[in-house]
Amino acid sequence: MSPQPPGSTGPSASAATAATVAATAAASAATSGTSGTSGTSGTSGTSGTASIGTPAEAALSPWREAWHVFRGNKAALVGLGLLAVVILAMTFGPGLYGVEPFDIAAGPFTEPFTDPAVWLGTDYLGRDVLAGMLIGGRATLLVGLSAAVLAVGIGITVGALAGYFGGWVDTVLSRLTELFQVLPSLLFAMVLVSLFTPSLTTVVFAIGIVAWTGTARLARAEFLRLRHMEYANAARAMGAGPLRLMLREILPNAMPPLIVSASLIVGAAILFEAGLSFLGLSDANVMSWGLMIGSNRRNILECWWAVTFPGLGIFATVLAVSLIGDGLNDAFNPKLHRR
Amino acid sequence: MSPTDAIASDVTHATPRQADGTAAPSRDAQQAEKPLLQVEGLTVEFRTRRGTARVLDDVSLAVGRGQTLGVVGESGCGKSVTALALMRLIAEPPGRIVAGSVMFDGRDLLQLPEAGMRRVRGNRISMIFQEPMTSLNPAYTVGDQIAEAVQLHEGTSRREALARAVAMLQAVGIPAPSQRVHEYPHQFSGGMRQRVMIAMALACKPDLLIADEPTTALDVTVQAQIFDLIHDLRERTGTAVMLITHDMGAVAEMCDRVLVMYAGRVVETGPVAAILGDPRHPYTRGLIACAPGRRIVAPGQPLEEIAGTVPSLLERGSGCLFADRCTQVQPRCRAEAPPTVALDAQRSVQCWLQVEGAA
Repeated sequence: MSPQPPGSTGPSASAATAATVAATAAASAATSGTSGTSGTSGTSGTSGTASIGTPAEAALSPWREAWHVFRGNKAALVGLGLLAVVILAMTFGPGLYGVEPFDIAAGPFTEPFTDPAVWLGTDYLGRDVLAGMLIGGRATLLVGLSAAVLAVGIGITVGALAGYFGGWVDTVLSRLTELFQVLPSLLFAMVLVSLFTPSLTTVVFAIGIVAWTGTARLARAEFLRLRHMEYANAARAMGAGPLRLMLREILPNAMPPLIVSASLIVGAAILFEAGLSFLGLSDANVMSWGLMIGSNRRNILECWWAVTFPGLGIFATVLAVSLIGDGLNDAFNPKLHRR
Repeated sequence: MSPTDAIASDVTHATPRQADGTAAPSRDAQQAEKPLLQVEGLTVEFRTRRGTARVLDDVSLAVGRGQTLGVVGESGCGKSVTALALMRLIAEPPGRIVAGSVMFDGRDLLQLPEAGMRRVRGNRISMIFQEPMTSLNPAYTVGDQIAEAVQLHEGTSRREALARAVAMLQAVGIPAPSQRVHEYPHQFSGGMRQRVMIAMALACKPDLLIADEPTTALDVTVQAQIFDLIHDLRERTGTAVMLITHDMGAVAEMCDRVLVMYAGRVVETGPVAAILGDPRHPYTRGLIACAPGRRIVAPGQPLEEIAGTVPSLLERGSGCLFADRCTQVQPRCRAEAPPTVALDAQRSVQCWLQVEGAA
């Protein structure tokens, strides 16, 4: 076994590492060949190490492997593409289109595809539906994502503490979770929003506070399962404290199901935001798809387009997020890898 | 550079450290007298639905610097609990250390605060487990895991810690360590993973390595390699080893002293040669007779066995716990627990037969 050329060390291997290897590479074969007689690290084992030494493939991290599977999932890629279109449209669309969504652009109830100036028609006040479509996705998606992050954050924290510590901590936190679970979530969110002034922030908090329970239960189950894994015990025996064990050892291994559940929560939170806006419990000064549907609901028969197009926007976004969630589920579930 | 040099420069103990990891003034005089680890009267109970089980009962043991102590006994005798108890890794509840002291390098580990104990774990006392397949975290490369242990205890830079990881993989005989350090546990075989575990355990140059049946889950040929590796590393680094095992052959080859446990008690202890050559406790005799490979058994002849199983620890009777399985049981054995009889300065046995022999 000859010292390796410097180029063969991994890209992230430091210079110091490479130097150590060069100095000690020749010793490797002798050390590994100690089979049979103790103490005498001899020449007999050298031949045996060649077969063990050749790495079968390049190191694939679990995340890269999941991405590999995800990439092969057509539905998930469609979802990813759809979401990309939605995000691109709402990022650059309003700037390119240049029409204010609250301005009156034409006469009210202009039918779509009749006037090139207001291509998707106008609502009962004469506001441009396309302008609303383009900019309304921002609030919807932003609120959906923020609320999902908040819900997942609360859920993982509560579930992790309950699952890791068990005992009375688990009892208290599990009862708390159940308490939130039995409250009708839309009603509870409505109460929260109406207690404060309806704004994007309060809507985010309201959705976050009602949507975390599922993640908490999932995180609790994962932490319960993983806290007694041998590697957690080994880390404990290496001197790791509770925080380190939870964040470094257990959480990365609990992530796959949590990521899947987070993607589903994004979809649910978008629907929630739309629902709250529809009921008028959102910021009336920020255009969103839900608000468009809500403000036009009285004229749904005269003006179907002002409700249908924002509805399609919500549908497409939630569908995209769900497809991505399904793809993530397949990617992270090792049992489905070999279908 | 020979492998021995590589190890010696990297893994030997430069200065003695105190139990919390700080440097201490030279104390060679004390070291000569006191063993590295001295456990006295360690008693552990587990509360279960059906009552309290005394899993360890008055366990005392000592491991000298650089020595190897073998701990043998059937499954359920308290070997692993002993190791976990002196690392203070027993889950409380349901477990509880009821009594005893664990003097390690001049300090009672049972009196240390939890934060102090964390500085001992992995740094001064390391442990390797039975199951190499699941003892490594699947989410990180093996290099990350070894480096993390080093960073945790020594606060070195990431770079140095990774360099140490490569050196340690080298030391435990993993070929192409600079490549394999970036690989994930699933890319290693069982034997190789156990080598990684040993590398991780020794990365912080501990004074004591506890190996809890390190070869139980491995192929027989790999078992021999792992035992040899532990033996080699002990020779080179001077790390004391507490080897928990079923393998009497490994004990004979590797250990200086041996401790025989039965139902949570130390039934016999002493130097390996003395115990294997002249076992006094009927249980020790049984264990040695059971070990295959010591004699050729004629084809068709069954291997010897000790009749019965380890008794339930929930109801400890008044007598000797081995009485029901003992071939030389006497009326007194069932009535009264046997005392610990010191045969000489090195040996002791817990058996009535020895009391009458001595009287």
